[in-house]
Amino acid sequence: MKNVKVYGPGCKRCETTEAMVKDAATRLGIEANVEKITGPREIAMAGVMSTPGITIDGKLVHAGGLPGKTKLDEWLSA
Amino acid sequence: MTAETHEITPRPEASDKLWYAGIAAAAVVGWLAYGQLIPFSEWVTALFPVARISHTGEAIAFFAYDVPKVLLLLTSIVFVTGVLRSWFSPEKTRAILAGKREILGYPLAAMLGVLTPFCSCSSVPLFIGFVSAGVPLGVTFSFLIAGPMVGPVGLGLLYGLVGWKIATIYLVFGFSIATIAGYVMGKMGLERYLQDWVRDLNAGPVGDLPEEKITFVDRLKTGVEQVREIVGNVWIWVLIGIGIGALIHGYVPEAMMLTIMGNDAWWSVPAAVVVGVPMYTNAAGVIPIVEALLGKGAALGTTLAFMMSVIALSLPEMIILKQVLTLRLIAIFIAVVASGILATGFLFNAIL
Repeated sequence: MKNVKVYGPGCKRCETTEAMVKDAATRLGIEANVEKITGPREIAMAGVMSTPGITIDGKLVHAGGLPGKTKLDEWLSA
Repeated sequence: MTAETHEITPRPEASDKLWYAGIAAAAVVGWLAYGQLIPFSEWVTALFPVARISHTGEAIAFFAYDVPKVLLLLTSIVFVTGVLRSWFSPEKTRAILAGKREILGYPLAAMLGVLTPFCSCSSVPLFIGFVSAGVPLGVTFSFLIAGPMVGPVGLGLLYGLVGWKIATIYLVFGFSIATIAGYVMGKMGLERYLQDWVRDLNAGPVGDLPEEKITFVDRLKTGVEQVREIVGNVWIWVLIGIGIGALIHGYVPEAMMLTIMGNDAWWSVPAAVVVGVPMYTNAAGVIPIVEALLGKGAALGTTLAFMMSVIALSLPEMIILKQVLTLRLIAIFIAVVASGILATGFLFNAIL
């Protein structure tokens, strides 16, 4: 079970990112709990400056822009 | 993923060559199309059952000329900017600016504001990230003002639609306003007007993202991605802006323009600033309007003030920043930037 958090104030790209993460998890058959974090304070506390940001089990793997698909698969299966 | 995923993935070198060839081909096609703008717009205008020299004919010709022109310019500017910006990131910029209190920090921040990729929806986390890492507040403001104010899209379109002289004036003054406004706000000691929670916040360290290896083709892909995203989002503003520009070009009498936005109407500069604030559009949408205004004899200072106000002082941006700044600080921010814009407007109306 992986805990994935997607950080973003709610722009379109952040929503796309969330959907991409969920898709990738389903496709890879990985159980993932995907949570969307929109509060500015929480985003800052996670060390995310450019949104959307992604943490997996508390570790920041991505910040700024849409993640690459292959990259996303790698992070999830790691 | 491309359509060819079923086949064996081509060797990286081969697909790299394809990318270079594709970009080069697109550049050539765009260049050739750019040369055909006037014949194209005349051809389109002739399709309408109106006299070419009538008000309507003029408006249609303006529209038919500007739409492909702006879209071509916009696409190439966004692409080149996207590639250039792939060398920069908010994280790197923050590391450069942290602790820069000396005088050079402000112009440096303004320059990085232009070069660092960030979208306005990220401005809150970015603001917090900067301030909590010890980037002085004034320097942060220089960064945030310069980003939209002297963005490449605005400058490039101004260059293409109005000419290099005015584009250069805009660049110099926009950059100076960003630098000086940040400096002035830095001197005012405004930290106490941040929202409480921001002041007390010790943001987590920016996570060390593993340095990814990026090839030049990856940068080209970033550029194309940017084109898809930005042009896909702003085209409607571009059409609206050109539509308004076309109406002004076709229907507004020059005499009226001179009364409202002429050199003698001193009040037109503050009025242009006030009108500009609630206008929510972007550089790509406002420059066709600027083009039409200047063509009709609007004073340069007034027009510059209008354009700067639309681009740099936007109401939605203020509402976003309200999460981290108190109303008082937002008011100071608006007052300082507006003063710079007013000064620019009055100066140009006086000397030209």
